[in-house]
Amino acid sequence: MKNPEEIFELLKNEFGDTILGLDKDTPTESIILVDSMNINKIGAFLRNNNDLKFDSLMVLSGVDDTNGTKVKDEDGTDMISGGTLSVYYHLHSTNLKHKITLKVSTPRENPQVESTYNVWRTSDWHEREAYDMFGIIFLNHPDLRRILMPYDWEAGYPLRKDYKNPEFYKGMKVPY
Amino acid sequence: MALKTETMVLNMGPQHPSTHGVLRLELEIEGELILSVKPHIGYLHRCFEKHAEAMTYPQVIPYTDRLDYLAAMGNNFGYVIAVEKLLGIQIPERVEYIRIIMAELQRIASHLVAIATNGADIGALTPFLYLFRDREYILSLFEMTCGARMLYNYMWIGGLSHDIHPDFVRKTKEFIIHFRPTIIELNNLLTFNKIFIERTANIGILPIDTAINFGASGPVLRGSGLPFDVRREDPYSIYNRFDFEIPTGKGLVGTVGDCWDRYYVRVLEMEQSLRIIEQAIDNIPEGDVHSAIPKRIKPPKGTVYARVENPRGELGYFIISDGNLNPFRVKVRAPSFVNLEVMGELCKGHLVADVIAILGSLDIVLGEIDR
Amino acid sequence: MGLLDKEFSDGNIVIARVDDLMNWARLSSIWQLGFGLACCAIEMMATSASHYDFDRFGVIPRNTPRQADAIIISGTVTLKMATRIKRLYEQMPDPKYIISMGSCANCGGPYWEHGYHVLKGIDRVIPVDVYVPGCPPRPEALLEGLLKLQEKIRNESLRKKIA
Repeated sequence: MKNPEEIFELLKNEFGDTILGLDKDTPTESIILVDSMNINKIGAFLRNNNDLKFDSLMVLSGVDDTNGTKVKDEDGTDMISGGTLSVYYHLHSTNLKHKITLKVSTPRENPQVESTYNVWRTSDWHEREAYDMFGIIFLNHPDLRRILMPYDWEAGYPLRKDYKNPEFYKGMKVPY
Repeated sequence: MALKTETMVLNMGPQHPSTHGVLRLELEIEGELILSVKPHIGYLHRCFEKHAEAMTYPQVIPYTDRLDYLAAMGNNFGYVIAVEKLLGIQIPERVEYIRIIMAELQRIASHLVAIATNGADIGALTPFLYLFRDREYILSLFEMTCGARMLYNYMWIGGLSHDIHPDFVRKTKEFIIHFRPTIIELNNLLTFNKIFIERTANIGILPIDTAINFGASGPVLRGSGLPFDVRREDPYSIYNRFDFEIPTGKGLVGTVGDCWDRYYVRVLEMEQSLRIIEQAIDNIPEGDVHSAIPKRIKPPKGTVYARVENPRGELGYFIISDGNLNPFRVKVRAPSFVNLEVMGELCKGHLVADVIAILGSLDIVLGEIDR
Repeated sequence: MGLLDKEFSDGNIVIARVDDLMNWARLSSIWQLGFGLACCAIEMMATSASHYDFDRFGVIPRNTPRQADAIIISGTVTLKMATRIKRLYEQMPDPKYIISMGSCANCGGPYWEHGYHVLKGIDRVIPVDVYVPGCPPRPEALLEGLLKLQEKIRNESLRKKIA
C-alpha cells in the first residue's frame, strides 16, 4: 500500500519529464499530471510493477476544462477557443488496495491522447464514450466510433460546454 | 463436395423481450454457433451528465434515481456520499442507520428482479410471479417511508427527505420473517432446478483475471471467485460496524465463474443483506434526520471520486466542483456499463440460446449503461 | 334453474350489433407489444406480475409487433430509438392503439430542457390514444389508462375509427 507521494516519486524516477507534477490542492484526492502521449507506457508500468499492481481501471472520464477564451462565432453564438480537454484515470489495485488518479490534458483544437486499450481492456468503451462526448481522439484505439449518440450524429460533441443542439434530427424536432 | 457455409449477422434488439430494455446485440453466427457479439448501446441515452451540469447539487438527486432505476436508493446513496465528502460534513447516526437499511432493502428488491427476469428469460415463469410478490412487499415499505414506489429522491445531502414511519421497524421485521423461507422456496423452485442448472452451469465462464482486466464488479466479479466488495474494501458510511460475509462463486454445479455462479451469488447476497438489516434495525438511534442538511450547498473547488456497492457492482461518482452552486462535471461509473463490455468475451463459442442466459446473469440496467 | 337456462332454452341465439360485438371482442383481449424502454417498463412489468395482474383485463405481452394490438410506450424515447419505434408501430396490424406511459413519453418529462438526445413526446412521431401521467405512473394509473383505452374502443364504429 503506497500513498500518492510515493507513487509520484516512483513514476518520476522511472519516466522523468513525462510526469508533469502532483496536484495536492484538491480536498479529497491527489492527482498526478501526466503527458498525454506517454500514458500507455505509464499505465503499463503502473499495472506491471510489483509494488504498484494497479490492475483495475475504475473509471476514465473526459472533462472540458473550459479554460480557453470565449469568442463569438460569425452568427453570434458563443464559442470557446483554445484551452484544453482533460482525461482522468482512476486506478485501483485489487491486490494492494491503493488508489491513484492520473490526469492528462490535451489541446482543445486537436485533442489526442494515447489509448490504454491494451493495458486495461475496460478502457475500450470508456474511451469511446469520451470520444463521443468530447471528441477526444484516442490514438491506437481499435474501434473508435460513437457509442451513445447515433453513429450519424453530426452536430458535434454534446458535453463540450459550447455545444449547440440542432433544431432537427431526421425530421424530428429536437428542442422542446 | 464440401458443404459451403457462411456466417450470418443476426440483430437481437432493440425490441426483444430478453434484452432487459433497449439493448441491441449484433450476433455474428455460423449456424447456431456464435462467433462474435457486438453490443450497440445508447438507445436510452438521457443526457444525465449534461443535466447534472445545469442543475444545483440537490437538484441532481432525482436524476440519479433514474440511472439505475431498479436500485434508486443506492444511486442516491453514492451521490450524496460524494457531495458530503466534498463538503466535509458529518452525518447524524440516525441518518446513517436508516440509509443502510434502505440500501440493503433496495439490494434485495433489485436482486429479486434480477433473479426473476433471469429465470423468466430462460423459461421459468413461475418464480417471476413469486419474486415480484415479495418485491412489492419491499416497495410498500419504501412507499410508507417516502411516498414513492420506485424513484424515491429519499437521501438528501446531509440527511433524508423524511423520517421513517413509526410502523417501519415493525413491518421490516415482519418482512424479514416472511422473506427467509422465501429464499428456501426459491432454491427449491429455481436454483437447484435440473433444467435451470442445465441452462446455466458451464455457460459463459468468466476467468478471474479477465474479469479484473475488464473492470467487472459486483456479482459478476464475485461470481468469478474474487471476494471484492466495496462495502468491505473501502468502507463507506458505517458498514464497518456490521458483520456480514461476501459470497463468491464456488463452482457448485459447474465451473467457477459461470452463469449459475453469478446467479447464486445474488441469492446468497440477499441472505447477507437480511443479516445487515437485522443488525441495524434494532439500533437506530434517536435524532433528527434534517439537522445536518446545509442551508446552502456550495462545495469548495476540487474533485472527488466516491464509490458505493450497488446491487450491480461498484457505482462511482466523479464530481468536479468549481466552487459554484452547480457541479462543473459529474461522471458516473455505471457498473452495468462496465459489466456489459465483457459480453463479447463470454458469448464466444456458445449457442444463440445461451446469449439470453448470459445476458440475464450479467443483470444489466440500460438506464445506467446509457445514462 | 337460473336465468340463463330460460334465456338459452330455445336456441343459442344472441342478437347484437356488429359494432358492439367487434368492439367487445377487441377491448377484452388487448395484446400489448412486449416492449419496455426505461423506468416505466419496470412498473409495467410490476403491473403484469402477481400483485396487479394485467391479465384480468385480457392484456398479455406478445413479443412480435405483427400480432400485437397495442403498444405501451413505457419510458423515455431518445432520438436514436424513435426511428425504431416508428418502424415497430408500422409493423403492427390495424386496428392498433398506443398508450403513452409516463411523463417522458408524454412530453420529455424531466429531460425536457437539457435533453439533447431525448424526444420531447412520442406524439411527435406516432399518434397516441391515451396519455398516462406520472414519473413513473403507479400500476393503478396504468390500469386506469387501459380502462380509458377500453372505453375508447367501446365507442368505435366499424365504419369510422373515432380519433
